[in-house]
Amino acid sequence: MSNYLNILLYVQIGLSVICMYRIIRGPTIPDRMVGVDIFGILVVGVCAIISIQSEKSFILDIGIAWIILSFIGTLTLAKYLTGKKLNE
Amino acid sequence: MKYITLFILSLVFWLLLTFKLTVPNIIVGSVASLICSLFFGRFFVTNVYKLLQPQRYFWFIIYLFIFVWECLKANIDVAYRVLHPAMPIRPGIVKVKTTLKSDMAKMLLANSITMTPGTISVDIIDDYLYIHWIYIKSEDPEVYTEIITGAFEKYIKRIIE
Amino acid sequence: MNNMISLIFITIGILFNLLGCIGIIRLPDTYNRLQAATKAVTLGCCSILVGVLFHFGFSDAGIKALVAIPILFFASTTGAHALIRGTYHFGIKLGKKSVKDDYKDAVK
Repeated sequence: MSNYLNILLYVQIGLSVICMYRIIRGPTIPDRMVGVDIFGILVVGVCAIISIQSEKSFILDIGIAWIILSFIGTLTLAKYLTGKKLNE
Repeated sequence: MKYITLFILSLVFWLLLTFKLTVPNIIVGSVASLICSLFFGRFFVTNVYKLLQPQRYFWFIIYLFIFVWECLKANIDVAYRVLHPAMPIRPGIVKVKTTLKSDMAKMLLANSITMTPGTISVDIIDDYLYIHWIYIKSEDPEVYTEIITGAFEKYIKRIIE
Repeated sequence: MNNMISLIFITIGILFNLLGCIGIIRLPDTYNRLQAATKAVTLGCCSILVGVLFHFGFSDAGIKALVAIPILFFASTTGAHALIRGTYHFGIKLGKKSVKDDYKDAVK
């Protein structure tokens, strides 16, 4: 049972590494930002699986904080793309 | 009134997150919610009495089921387009008129459109939504307005307006 | 029993995540990549969190997973919306296969 969960955890981490391919390789700047956005969501899945595996609930708190931080980061990057100053 | 509603909502949220009904926990939560509601109360929805009408919650639950169904359909659609060797895509940006008036309803409609099959909302200018569509099925404005917004608009009107 | 259900939900979620990652590699331009990736990955992570909810039941960790689902949903859709608007204003053209662009007139 926990063996299977281990395999799922490694698959999820591997998917995050696939996202890294788009961040490193992407031909334009918005492509890299799409990669960063999707990477942020995938890490929440990693946090959820680790919280099952170790039976500790505080890791889900890390997941929620990660969602909000990656959301703020995405909004900032999108604002940079539209060419405005950050206080507008 | 706005401030009190926001205070109660954020206190409930705090209690759900910490899940302990002890006195020190409730005191800390009250102080945090008080600070939150003082700063962000003026951005809250204007008419809070709508939160007390039960038929809105009934429509919201029906809307939730329809939304989950549309969401699953969207993912099967994405799977088909991604795994097909020739990748049948025909993308473009279309302009859709909406009849919803309030900002909250427009926000919920745009978020719902993002999760439906093949569409993602780009911008809202006045009454028009600009939608990026991965496979444009028809060129006629009335037909695609019905395809994109038809499933959600009447429920959102009953929930929020 | 609960463990079984939670493992099934997590497996389905990881399959959706895999589809999203294939989409982010294969599709030709930024708009289509964002389109496929946002939908598939959001539903995948929501499914994993539902699996966590089944594993822990209605205890503190289960409620945390339940609270995380709407936060994840609103954050990812709003982020995708902001990114696609930013991409258009940055000046990336729509892909070669695209047939229609109504937004061009509205930007000016």
